[in-house]
Amino acid sequence: MTNNNGRFGIHGGQYIPETLMNAVIELEEAYNHYKDDAAFNEELTALLNDYAGRPSGLYFAEKMTRDLGGAKIYLKREDLNHTGSHKINNVLGQALLAKKMGKTRLIAETGAGQHGVATATAAALLDMECVVFMGEEDTVRQALNVYRMRLLGAEVVPVKSGTGTLKDAVSEAMREWTSRIADTHYCLGSVMGPHPFPTIVRDFQAVISRESKAQILEKEGKLPDAVIACVGGGSNAIGSFYHFIEDKDVRLIGCEAAGRGIDTFETAATVNTGRVGIFHGMKSYFCQDKYGQIAPVYSISAGLDYPGIGPEHAHLHDIGRAEYVPVTDDEAVEAFEYLSKTEGIIPAIESAHAVAYARKIAPVMKKDQVIIITISGRGDKDCAAIARYRGEDIHE
Amino acid sequence: MSRIASAFENKKAFIAFLTCGDPDLSTTAACVRAAVENGANLIELGIPFSDPTAEGPVIQGANLRALTGGVTTDEIFDMVKELRKDVNVPMVFMTYANVVFSYGAERFISTCREIGMDGLILPDLPYEEKEEFLPLCHTYGVDLISLIAPTSENRIAMIAKEAEGFLYIVSSLGVTGTRSEIKTDLQSMIEVVRQNTDIPCAIGFGISTPEQAAKMAGISDGAIVGSAIVKIIEKYGSKAAPYVGEYVREMTAGL
Repeated sequence: MTNNNGRFGIHGGQYIPETLMNAVIELEEAYNHYKDDAAFNEELTALLNDYAGRPSGLYFAEKMTRDLGGAKIYLKREDLNHTGSHKINNVLGQALLAKKMGKTRLIAETGAGQHGVATATAAALLDMECVVFMGEEDTVRQALNVYRMRLLGAEVVPVKSGTGTLKDAVSEAMREWTSRIADTHYCLGSVMGPHPFPTIVRDFQAVISRESKAQILEKEGKLPDAVIACVGGGSNAIGSFYHFIEDKDVRLIGCEAAGRGIDTFETAATVNTGRVGIFHGMKSYFCQDKYGQIAPVYSISAGLDYPGIGPEHAHLHDIGRAEYVPVTDDEAVEAFEYLSKTEGIIPAIESAHAVAYARKIAPVMKKDQVIIITISGRGDKDCAAIARYRGEDIHE
Repeated sequence: MSRIASAFENKKAFIAFLTCGDPDLSTTAACVRAAVENGANLIELGIPFSDPTAEGPVIQGANLRALTGGVTTDEIFDMVKELRKDVNVPMVFMTYANVVFSYGAERFISTCREIGMDGLILPDLPYEEKEEFLPLCHTYGVDLISLIAPTSENRIAMIAKEAEGFLYIVSSLGVTGTRSEIKTDLQSMIEVVRQNTDIPCAIGFGISTPEQAAKMAGISDGAIVGSAIVKIIEKYGSKAAPYVGEYVREMTAGL
C-alpha cells in the first residue's frame, strides 16, 4: 500500500529536517535488507516467543458476550505480553534492527509509559543505552512506569515544553536525534513520523492480526465481523487490522480518545475533529487551529493523548476501509471497570476505549456474529489514576 | 537578479532572524528596522509554530511568547506590508510546513509575493518533499530556500544543483541555539556546494559572537544569527530594538 517516500494515498512522506534525512534513508535500507533475512526473522521470532511470550491468546469472553446479548466477543490478549502491552512487538524488532545497524543507543518517546518501558526492556536485554522522553504531565500520571524504566536502566527525561504530553515527548526525541545520530536509533513507538517508521512499526505490529486471523479461523471457522482497537498514533490498531484489510466484509473500527467529548476542546479525537496537516514528519490528520497551530489535546489516557494519527489510518479513513469513532473518558472508565468485573481482566485505559465501543455495538449485532477486541495493554498502571477519577485518593 | 542575490552582492551578508510577535508585532517591526539600519543585509522572519521541532530552547521560548501573545499569520502579513514601505533589504519567512499548508499553500505563497517577501525557509521540508510547495513558489516568484546539514554528505550536490535564493548551511548537528564551538568541517561541505551551484551560501546555527560571524562568513557568503538576537529580545522585551541594533552593528563590523 505504500509507494515512494512512504505515501498512503496523500498521507505519509518525510517532512523532517535535512539533518535526519540520511538517517531515515539508512534505516530504510537496513530494514529492506533485514525484513526478508531468514536469520534476522528467526532471531526476532525467538525473542517474541521465548522472551515476550507470543503468541498472545485469543480469548472468548463468554460472560461479556452473554451480558451484552449480541455478537460473540473475543479478546486479543496483548496485555499478556512481557512488559504488559503490544509495544514490545515493535520494540524488539526495532532494537534488533538497530543493533544490526551498529547502533548502541536507543531513544524513545512515551505517553503512558508502555512504549518507554518496552524500549528500556529491549535495551537492557540487548545491552544498549536507553533514553526515554516523557511529557512532564505524563510522568506524574504514570509515575509507576517512570520507576520501571529507571529500574531497567534507562534515563527518563521529563519534557516540560508545550503541553508536557506525548506530542512534546515526540518533538523532544526528534530534537535529540538531530543532535546525536551516529550511535543512536530513534525507536519510534507508533505508526507515525517520517517514512519508513509507519511501515516498519506496522510490519512489526502486524503479528497481532497474523495470529488473530489464524486463531479466529480455528475457533470459529470464519472471519470476524468486526475488529476493534483503540487509536492514538495507531500502532496496536494497525497491527490488529492489517491482515484483515483485504477481507472487505470485516469491519475495522478504530476508537479515538474523545476526552470530554468531540464537541469540546478537551478531546484527542483526531479523525473526528482534525483536518489534514503536516507535522512530526508526516502528512495526516491533526487537531489544529485555523492557522495550523497544533491543538493542545486532552484525554484521560496518556497513550492516546496525541493530536495526530498514523498516515495509513488517515488513508484507510479516506478510502472508507476503516471507521474511526470517538469514545469519551467517561465511557472508557466505565468499560475499564466493566471488563475488570465481568471478565477479571483489567485493561489499560487506552484499550478500555475499544471495549467501550464494543459494548455499544455488540448488543445490536446478531448472536452468530463475531467481534475481536484488541486489549492492547494491561491496566495496572492506570489503577491509581482511575481511582482518582472516581474520587478515591489513593497513592501508589 | 533576485532581491535575495542583492544581499550578497560584493559583500558578506549578515542575516538576522527574529520571531514575529515576540513579544508583540510592533517590537518585531522596530527590531527589524534597527537591524537593517545597523547593517543587516537580509531578514529572516519567523512565523511562530506551536511545536517548532528544529528549534532549541531559546527560539522555542520565542515561539511560545509570540503565540501566547496571540499573533497570527494574517497579522504578520500586515506587519510585513507596513515594513515594506521603508525596508528594502530582502526578507524571507522561516516557519514550518504546516503553517503554510494549513493556510492554503497558494494563498500563503501568493500573499508572500504580494507583500514583498522574497523567500521561504521550511526546516521540515527536505529535498524529497519540496514538490509540496515548489511549483507554487515558482508561479509566484518566491525562492524556496534549501538547507544542507553536517549529515548531508552524498546529498549536498543534489540539493545544491537545484537550490534557489541562497543555501542555508546548518553548521552543527542538533537544534538552533548558540554554541561555544563549531566543529563541523564546513569548508569541505562548501567546496562541494561551490562545485554545483553559483548561488550564495550562508552558515547558521550556533553563531553568536563577532569572531564566529567573521569566521563563518569568511568561509561562505554570509552568517545567519537567530538565537543570540532572540535572547536580547527575551531580555529587553518591547524595549529591545536599540539593543538589537547595537548587537547587529557589532556583528556586522567585522564582516
